[in-house]
Amino acid sequence: MNKKQKKVLYRILIAAALLVLANVLPLPFPASCILYAVSYLTIGWDILRKAALGIANRQVFDENFLMAVATLGAIALAVADRSGDFNEAVAVMLFYQIGELFQSIAVGKSRRSIASLMDIRPDCANLETDGGIVETDPEEVPVGSVIVVQPGERIPIDGTVIEGSSGIDTAALTGESVPRDVTVGDEVISGCINLSGVLRVRTTREFGESTVSKILELVENSSSRKSRSENFISKFARIYTPAVCCSALALALLPPLARLMLGMAPAFGTWAYRALTFLVISCPCALVISIPLSFFAGLGGASREGILIKGSNYLETLSKVKTVVFDKTGTITKGVFEVSGVHHHEGKDEELIEYAAHAECASSHPISQSLRRHYGKEPDRSRVRDIEEISGHGVTATVDNVSVAAGNDKLMRRLGVEYIPCHSAGTVIHVALDGKYAGHILISDVEKENICEALKALREAGVEKTVMLTGDVESAAKQVAEHVGVDEYHSELLPGDKVEKVEAMLRELGSGKLAFVGDGINDAPVLSRADIGIAMGALGSDAAIEAADVVLMDDNPMKIARAIKISRKCLRIVYENIVFAIAVKLGCLLLGALGFAGMWAAIFADVGVMVLAVLNAMRALKTR
Amino acid sequence: MKKSYKIEVDCANCANLMEQAAKKTPGVKDAAVSFMALKMTVEFEDGAEPAAVMKDVLKACRKVEPDCEIFM
Repeated sequence: MNKKQKKVLYRILIAAALLVLANVLPLPFPASCILYAVSYLTIGWDILRKAALGIANRQVFDENFLMAVATLGAIALAVADRSGDFNEAVAVMLFYQIGELFQSIAVGKSRRSIASLMDIRPDCANLETDGGIVETDPEEVPVGSVIVVQPGERIPIDGTVIEGSSGIDTAALTGESVPRDVTVGDEVISGCINLSGVLRVRTTREFGESTVSKILELVENSSSRKSRSENFISKFARIYTPAVCCSALALALLPPLARLMLGMAPAFGTWAYRALTFLVISCPCALVISIPLSFFAGLGGASREGILIKGSNYLETLSKVKTVVFDKTGTITKGVFEVSGVHHHEGKDEELIEYAAHAECASSHPISQSLRRHYGKEPDRSRVRDIEEISGHGVTATVDNVSVAAGNDKLMRRLGVEYIPCHSAGTVIHVALDGKYAGHILISDVEKENICEALKALREAGVEKTVMLTGDVESAAKQVAEHVGVDEYHSELLPGDKVEKVEAMLRELGSGKLAFVGDGINDAPVLSRADIGIAMGALGSDAAIEAADVVLMDDNPMKIARAIKISRKCLRIVYENIVFAIAVKLGCLLLGALGFAGMWAAIFADVGVMVLAVLNAMRALKTR
Repeated sequence: MKKSYKIEVDCANCANLMEQAAKKTPGVKDAAVSFMALKMTVEFEDGAEPAAVMKDVLKACRKVEPDCEIFM
């Protein structure tokens, strides 16, 4: 509890004690009145002040006004009846303040628990200077300086490791729990936690440009882009309170007048009391507090899993996604080339890879890199002689006294070796051993391991159509599309064509929304054109963070379905709260108007609905 | 130019009112209040002096919500 809340708590206790005294002590009429008045003012003076200020500033209709009118009205009725029973007025004010206190504690608590999820801001950087290591504010560390990161500390600024090796925990950024190993020469990203060894890092960016600042900025500003539901609530609140006040006035005046005309006793007192009850019930706080809270919790829960959503409006759009369009490279496939098969070789596959990797050991071409990666060991250069690289064709070399030729069709033709063309899509390396064809190695952009599951999860999450766009040739596109099981694919597209395709799909689309998933490289126009742009594997890529509406920090395709699920749950909670709060309010209003519910019941209904709505909103933080 | 300020306010509706009030203040191009983050982001018009404008913003906000606070 903060200072303000404590003050309210003391006031509540004092007022409650005074109220009890006023009831228990056998005081004569005027003395008890004073006790009631002191109690009422202790608990309600700030409400009365705010209501008066509101009227002075022409902001008449708010909660304070409602409470002031209701309680003052109750006092007036008690005076008019000469009953001297001021319990009701004081109690209503008391319960209202208890409710407000509870709400402020609950909201403060939720806010802190959500904020702690996003607490990735580093406190200080250990800057290396001539005079030893100095603790410095990260904002004051210039680019190119050397910082030391101890085990257990958060890396404050993006940089390159120049000494030491360690595992780093990227969970706060990506939601990925397996630590990433880094050593000299590797880039490290701010916001990650250094787990095991001491690292010396040369900074490559200023703090303001570092990943951690970018993410914090994005997360902190996300709730300022309001969703339609939130806008609905603020509009609702603007017309709601005046409407309620007018209804209350009508309730106080019309029935007694009608009764007069019918020749009955007017019963002004009864109807005035009912009108006041009506006012107490009508406070709209459950709605206005729980809706933003639900969105905030949804955004917080998503960011804990490495899904950054740039605003509540995008969370809302995401929940309505029916079509997901993928840009193939980097989303369905890994975007890196790997050995995907060895064909037509009579011996062991590893044998052919070993020969090819050794023959290519001197080359830095991406293809030879992927060969070496697949081989798994560093090629032994002493086994290789006479390497000759023939540009645009391949290499020839002697490995273990076997003459090896590895290259494309042209190389085989040049050497006069008969080769078997490959049916699969990708880059083919034919290998000839001692002038005889030994088979070929297929290198292609491989699909992500869990892409099939990811598409299934999308369907389970309610996505009706998945589409793949690619610049690849038709045959390659068809193979991938059929294998991973997308509903539709378009091949041989230039980057500009992708925008057109997405626009065409947007026109066909009915009420559902279209999400475009890309890796953030070269697809910024499409990302911004789609209803919602999702960038994958964005850790460290500013362009992607900039262009997309939803940023997945790692490149796991399962996260797309997660994001949609989280958004659906959040929106369901929002609607639950809207319907629940309005339904309870309307029910109570009706009961109050008919005289079945008194002011006490009214105030309990108000606080109860608010508490339930806040608790419900907090569910958005966790999605299974 | 855009700047963000920490604020203190008790209820969500009051935060909305503050946002409306800030938007109407001269020199403010756009304003957004996030009740959950307790932050007010103000975009100033070109040539406006943020410190002076924020004084007016605070005054306007105090009118709709006497208890609010903007930390500058």
